[in-house]
Amino acid sequence: MTWKQVFTSSIGQKITMALTGISLILFLVVHVSVNACIWFNDGGQIFNGAANFLGENAVPRILEVGLFLFLILHIVQGLVLEAQNRSRRGVGYAIDYGNRGSTWYSRSMGLLGTLLLLFLIIHLIDFWIPSRFGVMPETTLADGKQVHNLYSLMQIRFQQGWIVIIYVLGCISLLYHLLHGFYSAFKTAGVYNKRYLILIRWAGYLFSIIVSLGFAMMPVSFYFGWVK
Amino acid sequence: MEHYNMNLTLKVWRQRNSKEKGRFETYKVENISSEMSFLEMFDVLNEKLITEDKEPIAFDHDCREGICGACSMYINGKPHGPWKANTVCQLHMRAFNDGDTIVVEPWRAKAFPVIKDLVVDRSAFDRIIQAGGFISVNTGNAVDANAIPVDKESADKSFAAAACIGCGACVAACKNSSAMLFVSAKVAHLSLLPQGSPERKTRVVAMINQMDKEGFGACTNTNACEAACPKEILVTNIGRLNHEYMTATFTADK
Repeated sequence: MTWKQVFTSSIGQKITMALTGISLILFLVVHVSVNACIWFNDGGQIFNGAANFLGENAVPRILEVGLFLFLILHIVQGLVLEAQNRSRRGVGYAIDYGNRGSTWYSRSMGLLGTLLLLFLIIHLIDFWIPSRFGVMPETTLADGKQVHNLYSLMQIRFQQGWIVIIYVLGCISLLYHLLHGFYSAFKTAGVYNKRYLILIRWAGYLFSIIVSLGFAMMPVSFYFGWVK
Repeated sequence: MEHYNMNLTLKVWRQRNSKEKGRFETYKVENISSEMSFLEMFDVLNEKLITEDKEPIAFDHDCREGICGACSMYINGKPHGPWKANTVCQLHMRAFNDGDTIVVEPWRAKAFPVIKDLVVDRSAFDRIIQAGGFISVNTGNAVDANAIPVDKESADKSFAAAACIGCGACVAACKNSSAMLFVSAKVAHLSLLPQGSPERKTRVVAMINQMDKEGFGACTNTNACEAACPKEILVTNIGRLNHEYMTATFTADK
C-alpha cells in the first residue's frame, strides 16, 4: 500500500484533517498566550516584546511556514471532504434526522470552517500582512530595541465597533469548530479507550471555551478601554 | 398495556425501479390494532391494495424478530422508527396514536440504490464483508471451544460488536451516508479475538478500500449512527477502526 493510497482513502483523508487540526490547536495555544500579554496593561511593552521575539527568531519563522502549509492542507482537504460527503446521499429525505445523537455544530464543520476561513482572510489583512510586508508604527522597548508596534495597531483597529463584532463572530465560529474538532481529531487519530475519550472530551470543552473567550475578549477589551 | 385501534394516514415512497423517479403516495389505513407490528400494518395495507387491484408496496423483511437485518424503513425521520435500539419489525403500532400521519422512506444513499419502493440494494455490505470480514481456519474436526484463551472483556466487546445485523441504519442516519459504524463493528469484532489476528492488518485495509469503492462517505464523528443503530453498536468501534487502519498502513512492510 503506497502512501498515496493511505492518505487518499476515506480514513486517510480524515487522518490528514486530524493531524493538521491538532497542529493548528497547538498554534492556537501559542497565539492566545502571546496575545494575552496585552492584559499586563503596560502600554504593550511585554506584548510587543513577545511578538517581536516570534517575528525575529528563526525557529518560529520556520514553524510559520509549516503552519501555513498545514493550514492550507486543512482547508483544501476539508473542503474536498465536505463536497465528497455531501454528494453521497443522492435523493434527500423528506423528514430530516435532526439532532438525534449528534449536535448541530458537529454536522456543520464545513460551514463553520468556511466562516473561519473568511474571518482568517480579514484577520491576516488586518495584522499579519502589515507586520510582515507593510509599513508599521514602531516603538522602543525598555531595553532600547526598535520593534513593530502591533499593540498600537490593535488599539486602532478595535476602536471601530463593526470590526469588534466581526472578531467576536469569528471567535464564536472558532468555539463551535473546536468543540467538535478537538474531540473528533483525537478519535480520528485512533483513540478509542474510554478513559482517554472522556479526558479528551472535557479537555476539548475547556480548551475551546478558554481559547475562544480569550481571543474574543481582546478586541472587546480595547473597545471598552479596559487596556490602554 | 391498553389495547386500542387506530386510523392512520401513511405517506409512502413509491418507486417502480432504480431508473425511474420516485414519489410519495398517501394511503389511509383503518382499524389498526395497537398490538400489530409496523410490518403487519403494511401487510394489512398491501392486502387492501391487492384486493383493489393495485400494486402492493415492496418492502424488505425476513425474520421479523429483530435479528436478521432485512427490514429497512426510514419512519418519520428515523431509521427503524421512533423507538430506541429497535428494528422496524419489532416496532409496534402502540408507538403511534389514532389520526397520526406517518412518513415512510427507503434508506437514502447512492451506495444503496432503490430496487423498488422501500427496498434498497445493500449488496455493497456483502462485498465489504467479502473483502476481509472473515478468518482463516483449518477445516477438519471442530476445535475445542476453550482451546484458545480469550479474556472476558475482549470477548464481551467483540460480542457486542458482532451484534451488528448489517441493516444499514447507520448509513441511512449519517449525513455523509458513511458505512463506518458497520465496518468498524465488523473489524472490531474480529480484531479483538486471537482468531482474527492472522489477517488483522490486511483485513482493515481491504474492507476500507471496498467501502470507499462502494461510494460511502467518510466519518465526521457526529455519532448520529449510534443513535439509530438497532443493536446499539458503539461509536468507540470507529475509533478502534481508525487505530487498526493507522497501525496497519503505517507499519506496512512496503
